[in-house]
Parts: sequence; structure tokens; C-alpha cells
Amino acid sequence: MTGGYGRSGPDILHECTIAVEPGEIAVIVGPNGAGKSTAMKAVFGMLHLRQGSVRLKGEDISSLTPQARVAKGMGFVPQTANIFTSLTVEENLEMGAFIRTDDISKTMSQVYELFPILKDKRGQPAGELSGGQRQQVAVGRALMTEPKVLMLDEPTAGVSPIVMDELFDRIIEISRTGLSVLMVEQNARQALEIADKGYVLVQGRNAYSGSGRELLSDPKVRKSFLGG
Amino acid sequence: MDFLNAIVALSNFVLIPAIAYGSQLALGALGVTLIYGILRFSNFAHGDTMAFGTMVTILATWWLQSIGVGLPFGLPTALLALPIGIAGCALLVLGTDKAVYQFYRVQKAKPVILVIVSIGVMFVLNGLVRFVIGPGDQRFADGERFIISARGFRDMTGLREGLALKTSQGITVITAVVVVVFLFWFLNRTRTGKSMRAYSDNEALALLSGINPDRVVMVTWLLVAALATIAGTLYGLDKSFKPFTYFQLLLPIFAAAIVGGLGNPIGAIAGGFVIAFSEVFITYAWKKVLGYILPENLEPVGLVQLLSTDYKFAVSFVILLIVLLFKPTGLFKGKAV
Ligand SMILES: Nc1ncnc2c1ncn2[C@@H]1O[C@H](COP(=O)(O)OP(=O)(O)OP(=O)(O)O)[C@@H](O)[C@H]1O
Ligand SMILES: [Mg+2]
Repeated sequence: MTGGYGRSGPDILHECTIAVEPGEIAVIVGPNGAGKSTAMKAVFGMLHLRQGSVRLKGEDISSLTPQARVAKGMGFVPQTANIFTSLTVEENLEMGAFIRTDDISKTMSQVYELFPILKDKRGQPAGELSGGQRQQVAVGRALMTEPKVLMLDEPTAGVSPIVMDELFDRIIEISRTGLSVLMVEQNARQALEIADKGYVLVQGRNAYSGSGRELLSDPKVRKSFLGG
Repeated sequence: MDFLNAIVALSNFVLIPAIAYGSQLALGALGVTLIYGILRFSNFAHGDTMAFGTMVTILATWWLQSIGVGLPFGLPTALLALPIGIAGCALLVLGTDKAVYQFYRVQKAKPVILVIVSIGVMFVLNGLVRFVIGPGDQRFADGERFIISARGFRDMTGLREGLALKTSQGITVITAVVVVVFLFWFLNRTRTGKSMRAYSDNEALALLSGINPDRVVMVTWLLVAALATIAGTLYGLDKSFKPFTYFQLLLPIFAAAIVGGLGNPIGAIAGGFVIAFSEVFITYAWKKVLGYILPENLEPVGLVQLLSTDYKFAVSFVILLIVLLFKPTGLFKGKAV
């Protein structure tokens, strides 16, 4: 993928390639401003691609709107503003399932099973939750469409180490059900540990890629991105 | 006895009129606040939208009267004509949206541009309404004038002061309660209503969730048309209909919406009553009420009217200033302006 913001903005992504298979977790790491969030937006159709394409199960979906991609089975949790703060937790989940016309109560109870704290807080405005709880609402909201590909942009931002481990456990659980999880992470070491696949992005380009373990043991990657 | 008389006089001249006026302002402010929260601009054409809806209602009322159709129990025919007025107003606002606002929305124009655009729409509507129904006063209230008349009340209670409750005031309050209950039920309980709140809260995420923005916009305009027409018709029944008065109503209505917190429906209602009560309290001549409760030698000589009614619009602005000085987002948490 090559692309940038607006019609004439500079290219942020340069021939960047990202892929994830069903049941796998792929993690994108890289310095601030590398274009990780931009890559996620590009995959989700929120950015005009100047070159390259996005494919879902072999089908070229490059020309679809984000809404259409939701209908195709993609779910996205953006880095910022990823919940409806003035709506209750339950309403957030309901809105996540907006495009569905069938009964959503089963999916909702699955989300509550995954994040039990949300069940206790279901009637509370999501804006009144703690940062970690909000991230759970955000992930839960994206799960409500029962997506096949779940995209998470820094789900553990601002989350304490314990909750982070827990959130990673939940993400592993989610991927075990056969979902593809594509995730951007700042906590590179922990994230790569659970990753089947890792991408290091630098200035919009693929700098390194490989399995999570390979990247963790690669001395160059360790030196420049994992702090030794 | 004097104390009772004071209470009756107070209710008659201050409380009842202020409650009715407050309900009308609240309904108007709800329309303004919905547009601000969901379509993200201050709609200066709202007063004239109210005038247009009311005009259609009046025309329908005259037509119903001419073919001899009315309501029982002395209710005004205008209530029967209201749905026609709402439909007319809905066609107008949807047409305006298609012809004008949509163009700017697609371009993601800044709110301030939409405000200027709405001023243009305001002038067009202003002319349109005057062209159709004329600039003068129109009375269209029929049926029973009073629920309780001043004389009837005096005869009944033997008090010196009379208490009048006009039919229009009773209808205003009941209608306002019904409308507000329906609106809140709609926004908080239905899927469409929740999607409107979600869209207002976080537009980008609403789009990511597959909420259709065109539908949200359309439903918003429909609600606004209904609110504007109902508010305008109630005001017209209570006072009278004159296009210029409706244009002027824009001031207290905006003051109400801002005082309550723009974008917050509960705030709009509270703001409506705050503005109405302040206006009536400050422009009422308190001589009579004070005369009853103060000892004889302290009886006021003047009218004890803080401000002449000519200045009533100034009151809205002063309240607006005071509230915004202390709570910049309004009494209830509104969006930062
Ligand atoms: N909406 C936007 N319009 C224009 N440029 C943008 C926009 N968002 C991001 N950029 C630019 O794109 C580049 C990459 O930003 P991006 O948000 O993708 O970085 P990131 O890798 O996610 O960083 P971080 O780790 O801090 O989240 C930056 O130089 C940024 O200035
Ligand atoms: Mg980012």
C-alpha cells in the first residue's frame, strides 16, 4: 500500500505490506509517527490509496467504504475516540451491532463473558469508565458485528501492566475462536510474544517482518526498537 | 386572606404565564439543540421555521373551519390542523436540506459557514411566510377561551383576586409534557434514537459502526419540524401569530438552548424555563402582589416593575451572560461551543 491523507497530502505509507491469516495475531510495531495508525486506516478504507490494494479472503475490497467493510466482516477499534462516551456501555455494544438485523443478545452475552466488568457497568455512561475499562468497551463494540478480522490500534494504551496482560489474554482468546487479529502496539516486547506475525514499520515502510519470535531474537530489531 | 390573594395574583400574572411561555421556549430550544448536537451548527432559521410550520397549521385551521370540522370539548381546531402543519414544515426543512445544507455537509464545511447559510435560509423563509400569509397579526384560536376564568374563580372562592387559566396555557403544558416524554423515549429507547445520539457523540465511530448518516440527518429534520411547528402553534394560540414575533423569538430560544447547554436536550428544557421565568419576573409589575403581603405603611408607591416589557429580550441576554460566565458549557453539560 502507498498512500497519504487528503488528495494532495504527502505519502505517509510507502509500499507497506501487512497480512494476517484466520486464527492468527499480527502485530505492527514501530516508533511514534511511523504510520502504524495510518496503515490501519488504509486497511479499513479511511484513507485514499495511491497504489496497492486491500484484499479480504482473496477479494479486492480496495474500493469499498469503511461501512461496507464492516458489513464484509471487518471490525476496527481506532486509537483515539473509540467509544461513544455519552452512551451507556450496553448502548455502545448495541451501536457496534447496528448493521445486524438478527438477534444480538447472544453476542452481547459473549462479550460480557469476555469482559465481566462491563456487565456490572452496563448501565453506566462509557465516558465515566476508567481507561482500561474503556478499551474493553471499545474492543467489545467492535466484536459485536462478529467480525472475521479484528483490527486494534493500541488497545493497551494507558492501561496498567496487569490489565494489559489480561487484555492480551482476552485477545488471544478472541483469536482462538478463528478470528484474524491485526494489532498496533507500543508495548512491543509483550505484543510480539503473543504474535504469530510481526511487522516493524519505520517511516511508512516495512523495515523488518517475520514471526513474533524471530523479531524478538533479531539483534537489530532488539537494538533499535526493543531497547536492547 | 391577603396572603392567599397574593399567591393567587402571583399565579395568575407570573407563574402560569411563565410556565406556558417556558414550555414554548423549551420546545423551540429542543429543536435548536437537536440541530446543534447532530447537524453541528446553530440554526438561525429556527424562528422562521417555527413561523412556517405555524403558518401551514393556520391555513389548515381556516380550511377546517370553513368546512365546519372542529374538535369537541371546546378544544381549538388548530390541534387538528397540527399534523398538516408538521407535514408541511417537514417538507420544507427536508427540501431546504436537499437544496442547501447537504451541499455544505458533503464538503464538510465549518460550522460557522453553516451558520451564515442558515441566516440566508432565515431571510428566504422570512419573506416566504410574509408573502403567503402577510406580515400582520393572525388570530386562529377558537373554541373555549378559558379552563378557569377569573370571574368564575372569584365567585367560587370568594377571594378578591381572580385566577384565569387559559385553554391555550393548559394545552401548551400538556402538549409539551407529551412531546418531551415522547422525544426522550425516542432518543433513549429506540434504535434510531440511539443511533442519533451515537452520531452526535462521535461521528467517525458512528460511521465505522455502520450507522447511516443520511438517515440520521433525515430523522433529525423530521423531529425538528415537528418540534418547531408544535412550539410555534402553541405560542400562536397563546398570544397571536405574527411573522416578526417569531423571528424575535429566536433570541430567547437560543438563550434557552445555550443556558441549558447546547446539544443537551434536558438543558434545553431547563433553559427554556429559566429564561421564561426570568423574563416574566423582571418585567412584571409587582405592586399588586407586594401590596397584599407587605404591611400597610410599606405598600409600594410605584409599579415595582424592574424593567419595562419592551426590554424583555435584554433579560435573555443578561441571563445568558451570567450563566456563561460561571458555567461556559451551560447549566447542564453541553458541548463546548
Ligand atoms: N489526519 C491526518 N492528516 C494528515 N496527516 C496525518 C493525519 N494523521 C496522521 N498524520 C501524519 O501521518 C504520520 C504517521 O502518523 P500515524 O498516526 O500513522 O503514526 P503512528 O505510527 O500511529 O504513531 P503513534 O505510535 O504515535 O500512534 C505522521 O507524520 C502524522 O503527522
Ligand atoms: Mg498510532
